[in-house]
Parts: sequence; structure tokens; C-alpha cells
Amino acid sequence: MRKSKFIFYLLLVPVLLWLISLIVLPHIQLFISSFVIENDSGDKVFSFANYLTFFSDEIYWRTFINTALYAIFITFLAFVVTFPVAFYITKIASKKYSGFMTLLLLIPIWIGELVTIYGWMILLGDHGVVNNFLIYIGLIDTPIKLLYTDFSMSVGLLYMSMLFMIIPVMSTLESLDNSLIEAASDLGASKWTIFTKIIIPYAMPGITSGAIIVFMLVIGDYVAPNLLGGKSSLWFTEQIYNNFLATFNWNVGAAFGFLLLFLSSVIVWVALKLSGQKLERVGS
Amino acid sequence: MINSLPSSPAYKIGFKIYMGLFYLFLVLPIVVICILAFNDSDFIALPWKGFSLDWFFANTDKRVGLFEDADLLHSIWVSISTGFLVALFSTIFGTIAAMLFEERDFKFKGFLYFLALAPLVIPGVILGISILMSSTSLGYFLEDNYNLSLEWLYPGFWLVVFGQFSFCATYVMLLVSARLKKFDKTLEEAALSLRATRLESIFLITLPFLRPAIISAFVVAFLISFSNFNTTIFLIGSDTTLPVELYTRIKYSSTPVLNAVSFMIVVFITLVAVVNLFVNRKK
Repeated sequence: MRKSKFIFYLLLVPVLLWLISLIVLPHIQLFISSFVIENDSGDKVFSFANYLTFFSDEIYWRTFINTALYAIFITFLAFVVTFPVAFYITKIASKKYSGFMTLLLLIPIWIGELVTIYGWMILLGDHGVVNNFLIYIGLIDTPIKLLYTDFSMSVGLLYMSMLFMIIPVMSTLESLDNSLIEAASDLGASKWTIFTKIIIPYAMPGITSGAIIVFMLVIGDYVAPNLLGGKSSLWFTEQIYNNFLATFNWNVGAAFGFLLLFLSSVIVWVALKLSGQKLERVGS
Repeated sequence: MINSLPSSPAYKIGFKIYMGLFYLFLVLPIVVICILAFNDSDFIALPWKGFSLDWFFANTDKRVGLFEDADLLHSIWVSISTGFLVALFSTIFGTIAAMLFEERDFKFKGFLYFLALAPLVIPGVILGISILMSSTSLGYFLEDNYNLSLEWLYPGFWLVVFGQFSFCATYVMLLVSARLKKFDKTLEEAALSLRATRLESIFLITLPFLRPAIISAFVVAFLISFSNFNTTIFLIGSDTTLPVELYTRIKYSSTPVLNAVSFMIVVFITLVAVVNLFVNRKK
């Protein structure tokens, strides 16, 4: 069928408008601004100074490394915690309950990070629910410090990101034919063998796309580290926020923003190479 | 392992306990917020001091309830109107993008599709600062050179709408694309051979087929917009959205009125989710 050129442009122009004005140009601007500084006479000049700040000041690159290691750790944790759940819902739970269980998974996402993180603040506070419960059952006598620690920050990061792991994993597991597992079992494979040789390899595209989303969400998150983390917890996005909203060093902030985008993409790329996954396969 | 294979009772029970613990972890923060919204106390903590609706309706020196708190109500209104406009724009542009990428072949299609998916992995912070910098510098440029002062290029209501639209459109595109993949092309061809114009065939055949996906994409875009913080915080002017207002209060002046707002959000979201489930069941 011959497609009309007129309709084609009617579709193309709005899409170009969206992508160019709100995705392409802003990122070019971000890139350019990151090389601009104001010299003593107030003129804007080209310079690498914003990037040099990152590498010369130990606190900045250490913060980035700390953030990246956390993001990798949380991504791994999200996989370990949610994989059994995804498996249970898709393979074990009866049809009657699986819809309801999936719905329950989605609700915290829609409620939004801010409200659920606030819930964790109430739970983990010194006079919060968890401490009260632990005192009530007699495990401790005085409240232990849970909130504003690396522990509470990890719980918050895991909570807000893990559901983005479970959904792609569930959609790959759904298409896994049960007879593959049955055949392996008939041939004498142990549970562990079935798990590592059949289920995990089959679910790999889902795990990989979940891992990419979780990693990027965690590394770019601000609310959980800011509200649940301690004073000493270093989080890279907080540096970006401070540069924009507190000290108004927009150009330094732009350089940090670009570094965050670039370095996190490099980490994702290296992880894909190491695990032998291809981005195209993950997307489908 | 799966139901058709025998497994030990320990495995079955262990798995059930794990699932129970997981769902406890999932709902605990939400349940606790909702319960403490009705606690007759000035502080957001246990012990339970009795049931009270003060944090919804009171207006005294010590307690200002949700429905008496003008700032909070205003931020809810800002969030609703932002969410509505964002959902409207992203539904239109996202549907157009889905039709373009699903049905047409053209040069640079792969590259454009990559750009359209990029907001899924670009951290919200980056989207926020890049849109902030580009729009304000365009604003200054127009003001200096053409004496043109465009308010919507500076932080404020419209910049928030544009910023949230930039990534909500991607989600709409994916949802509509999924439905468009199931579309039977011969329907459109039949319409054309019956002398419908191409525009008529889109409006009378394709769009009605896509309607369920378009409606749920609209809801999804609204919800994403309604809860967004990371991008919004950079683009905001004097009209704060609900998440930004909540953040400021959690950080600097929290009272149980925050629980009351959160309770309303939880109820609203749950209702939308349940309605959505029933609508999908009917099909």
C-alpha cells in the first residue's frame, strides 16, 4: 500500500518537535554550559575548570564512586529479593490471586516515592513503629538508631526501585514454558541446576532490562538519600542539587550532571559487555 | 518447583512465608502512614492516642487539618492541573509517535526511536537541569536581542508541564505501541478501498481501535506527573506541586497533616488501580 507523504509529515513533525526541543537541544545546552565559566571580569569563557573541580577535589569523585557502588549493590539486592516473588506470581500462584498480587505490586509505584519514603521515616524513626515493636517483644531496651543511617537509606532505595526489577522479570518468566522445567526434572536435574541452567538464562533479558532501570533510578535518586540517609552519607545527585538550588553554580552543576549521565552509561555498557547481553535484545 | 512437579512441604511453606514477608515489607510503610493520619497526637509517632479527624478538619493554633490548610490545598490543585495538561499533551504526542514508529519506515528511524526511549534511562535530575538551562538561556537570549519576554520559558507552571511531558510521552508511546502491534492492517485498507480518505481512516478506524490503550496511557501519564519530584523541583516557580510541598514539609516542618494528605493519595491511587483492574477484566 502506498503511504501518503502528507500524513507522514503530519506524524513526523510533532515527534521531531518533542524530541528536538525537549531532549536533544537541552542536552546539547547542558554539554556546552558545562564548559563555561565566568572569569574575573564577568565574561563567559570556555574552560575545563568545571570538570577539573570534579577530579581535583577528592570529595566529589569519592562521592561518585560511593554512589555508583551503592547503586550496583542495590541493583543486586533488588534482583535477589524480587526474583522469588516474580517466580511465585508467574509460576506457582493460581490465576485467581496472581492478578491481585500484581496489582499490589503496582500501587506503591503509583503512590510515588515521596509518600512511601515518608512511610519509612515513620517506621524507622527513634520512636517509630519498628523500634516500638522491638522494645515490645523485648529484643532491645532502648531505641536503636535506624533512621538517618546507611541502613535506612538502603531500605528506601531498595523499596522504591525493586518493583522496576520485578515487572520486566515477570514478563519474561510468563513466556517460559513449564514443560522445559518438567523435562529437566524428568531427566534428573536438581532444583539448583534447573534454576541456574534454565530459569535464569531464560529470564536474562528481563533481568538485564530491570537491572538497567533500577541502576539508573538509584544512581539518579535524590529523595531517599536526602530524607533517609545520614549526614555523612555521600550521594552524587545531592551535589548536583546543591549546585543548582543552593549555591547557584549552574555551570559546575551542568558538568556534574553530564558526568553522572556519561559515567553511569559507561557502567551500564561495561556491565552489558561483561554479561554478554545486547541492548537491542533487552529492549524487546 | 512448579505445581506440576512434587516439592517438599518445607519448600512450599518456606516460599509462602517468604511471600508473606515480602508483601508485609511492601505494604507496611503505606499502612502505617494511613493509620497515623487518624492518631490524636501532635507528633507523627506512636503511641496511639485515640482516633481523631483533627488532621483532616481541625483549624486551631496547634493543629491545622488538610482541608483548612490553604497552601496544601493549593499545591494539590496545582498538581491536578499540571497532571491533566501533561497527560493531555503526552497522550496526543505519544500516540502520534507510536503511529509513526509502528507504521512507517524512514531514514534515521532507529536513531529517532532511540531518542524517544532515552527518557526511560536518563535520570530525572538530568532532564530537569538540562531543560531548565536551555529554556532560561533561550529566554535571556530572546529578551536581550528581540526585547521579547516570554514568561513560560522561566521556572513556573508551564515549564513544569513541558518538563514532565518530555518523559511522560515516552510511556504513552510504549503503551499505545503495544496495542498498535495487534492492529489488523486490512481494516485500514478496507476503509481506504471504500473511499475513505487517509485521515478519515485514522480517525474512524485506527483511533477507535486504540481507545482503551489511549485511555489507560492518559491515566498513567497523569499518575507519573502527579508523583514526580526529581524533574519538577528544578522547573518549579511559585506554584509548588504536591510532591515538592510534601518534601519541603517533611524536611522542615512535619506534622501529621502529611499523613492525612498521604492517606488521601493512597485512597485515590488504590481506587484508580481497582477500577483499572475491573475495566481490564471485562475485556
